[in-house]
Amino acid sequence: MAGARFWREKASRYNGLGARCGVCGKVFFPPRVVCDNCGRKSIGQMKGFQLKGTGTVHSFSVVHEPPRGFETQIPYIVGLIEMDEGVKLTAQVVDIEPKDVHIGMRVKDVFRKVREEGKAGVIHYSYKFAPVASPHGGATPQHPESLVAAASQPMDGAKKK
Amino acid sequence: MAREVGIVGVGITKFGEVWDRSLRDLGLEAGVKAINDANIASEDIDALYVGIMSPGMFLNQEHVAPLIADWVGVAGTHIPATRVEAADASGGLAIREAWMAIKAGLYDIVVVGGAEKMTDVGDEEALETLSATVDQEWEAFFGATLPSLYAMIARRHMYQYGTTREQLAAVAVKNHKHGSMNPDAQFQSVVDLKTVLSAGPVAEPLGVFDCAPFSDGAAALVLCEWEKAKRISQQPIKITGSGQAGSSLSLSARRDITTFASTSTAAQAALKMAGRTLSDVQVAEVHDSYSIAEILAVEDLGFCKKGEGGAFVESGATALGGRIPINTSGGLKARGHPLGATGIAQAVEIVYQLRGKAGARQVKDAKVGLTHNVGGTGGTCLVHVLEGGA
Repeated sequence: MAGARFWREKASRYNGLGARCGVCGKVFFPPRVVCDNCGRKSIGQMKGFQLKGTGTVHSFSVVHEPPRGFETQIPYIVGLIEMDEGVKLTAQVVDIEPKDVHIGMRVKDVFRKVREEGKAGVIHYSYKFAPVASPHGGATPQHPESLVAAASQPMDGAKKK
Repeated sequence: MAREVGIVGVGITKFGEVWDRSLRDLGLEAGVKAINDANIASEDIDALYVGIMSPGMFLNQEHVAPLIADWVGVAGTHIPATRVEAADASGGLAIREAWMAIKAGLYDIVVVGGAEKMTDVGDEEALETLSATVDQEWEAFFGATLPSLYAMIARRHMYQYGTTREQLAAVAVKNHKHGSMNPDAQFQSVVDLKTVLSAGPVAEPLGVFDCAPFSDGAAALVLCEWEKAKRISQQPIKITGSGQAGSSLSLSARRDITTFASTSTAAQAALKMAGRTLSDVQVAEVHDSYSIAEILAVEDLGFCKKGEGGAFVESGATALGGRIPINTSGGLKARGHPLGATGIAQAVEIVYQLRGKAGARQVKDAKVGLTHNVGGTGGTCLVHVLEGGA
């Protein structure tokens, strides 16, 4: 698959870049150019906004029937994370057994491999979320060096539970 | 006076894994049955609308409206044939588009079909296509599937309102029981609570029996301007209300994931148009693509209070013989869920009920029925009010 579709999103997927409405202050992730509170007044007033990377599990599911590219990861946890800035996003929850996850659990973003498209295809990286107590928690990479370091971590499915 | 619209013909195929039939075979069967039921000639048809979600991903076939028109035998009259897509609400939306065109005075008689052929691909591919109804860049990219998003709704509903696993399972048990009375249903066997609870997991807390199956099937209606409908049909069914509403594509953009505002908005619009309240409705077909979806539907339509849907279903109120029988056809769970066909199939069931021709699953003296068709996780919702005996 063509890579452009994926790398054009990397500011948000790699670094948690969202947007904040300059009129009402509402935070969005992924970034948007129109605020749904302020409508046309917000156009041109939306500013880039860096999420801190901490949040709470709003809900979650343990996936047993995966889409293609996720077969080696099952069972994996996909969650709806409510970030401390108030915006919700969808991501995997890792470094924890499914039986130990609960609504209200505090989590922090970690940078991980999401999936790879076969042997020769694109390898996708992005954020996942780990319990704040996790040894890997708290590593939101902001610099190319840490991106490379984080990218060399094994895929979560590789260490099969 | 504003033009009104009635249903003068219905047709439906058996739903299921129909390996010996193609999309065009299924569309043809449903279309011809509806045209025969209406007892009209091909030349009477002014237009065709086809609700279908994803023939491109399932079959590599786009541009299916002229394909179906051709196989139904009306291509030679060169009528407009239009495909309508709104995920698994495509069928419901096709009804509304045809209804609007008749109301506007463009056409008098319109055939509305809905179809999907899902089992020509493997289950993994079918799941991926089903999940194409969610946000690809910000939900599916991260491994979220459509069932996993409904599972998150279910878990949050359990957390906020104390809904139990058994209450979710009660939806499947009830709908399988109804399906056992429907000769066109994909599953005509009853299941007990233990079977549902012990089935393999799909996306926890949802298991196999919490999810509608992959299905092949088609359904069709003949819609007609009301004055003409009364002349050509012994028992026309009037569409007295139509409501459509939307919401964000992604769940994450919603403040509360335990409610579909598109459902409540569409229902209010349809009931207001019909001059009805929900207490007038005697039978309803709702979008139970997942067990939790039926619980959300009964709450958001207003059959019970928010948070009480689980207990409401468990009480038997929505079973045949209960206060408001819901999904007498077996619903998406047992009748089957060929995505684009579902919204039309719901209307077919309500027409059977209002004509008094629903056999073993007949709701006594049903005069007012409602259909509720949802796309994806509620980004689109269609509600229609149908009335008989006019």
